[in-house]
Amino acid sequence: MQDSVGAFLVQRLTVQYFANLREERGVSDETRETQARTPVQLYEEIANEYHLTVALSALRVAVNDEFSTMDAVLKDGDVVAFIPPVAGG
Amino acid sequence: MFCITSFPIEELPVAKPECAAGATVVFEGTVRDQNEGRTVESLEYEALESLATKEGQRILDESLQRFPILGATCVHRVGHLSVGEVAIRVVVTAPHRREAFDACQWVVDEVKSRVPIWKKEHYADGSSGWIGAKGLTVDG
Repeated sequence: MQDSVGAFLVQRLTVQYFANLREERGVSDETRETQARTPVQLYEEIANEYHLTVALSALRVAVNDEFSTMDAVLKDGDVVAFIPPVAGG
Repeated sequence: MFCITSFPIEELPVAKPECAAGATVVFEGTVRDQNEGRTVESLEYEALESLATKEGQRILDESLQRFPILGATCVHRVGHLSVGEVAIRVVVTAPHRREAFDACQWVVDEVKSRVPIWKKEHYADGSSGWIGAKGLTVDG
């Protein structure tokens, strides 16, 4: 989303982490003010800030409790869950 | 019905099958004391519970489309589990055993690959590791 002068707006997003990613980040969830527009931008921002070693290519993403894609457009208030490789059973 | 619980699954009763069922297959996955040559003392499971429940239910619904069965349920444990405890129970009822076995196997495979649940193994030497996380870091 851009405003009338073309500047990117800041959105507030909730981010959830699990398993090895949660341990690397050090929290299970957080609220961020960010200019990231997609999960891939958001993850790159966070990985860069906290020196995360989990590769983006290893992750899936869920937005508001549904599986989504890394290039989905995020809206203010969205809950974004980064999902490392699952291992139930 | 698919559900996530922190309650010991072994203490939950298996529901009585429908009258049309000639076969009930119950699969229980239990915590093993070895993995890839290492001695395991306990496991820790965590889930993205809301999405896990939805995706798990989708798998059960799909199983009813794919196989001539009467019912399928699954319960998955979260939290800290000792060796021998039940981590997952899948129950499939069908008129005949072959379909019940096939569907049960399919449900377990799908749950393992699709449902957002993770497990961490705690080893006898004091170390621990998340299963499936190896080799997926930026550093390789």
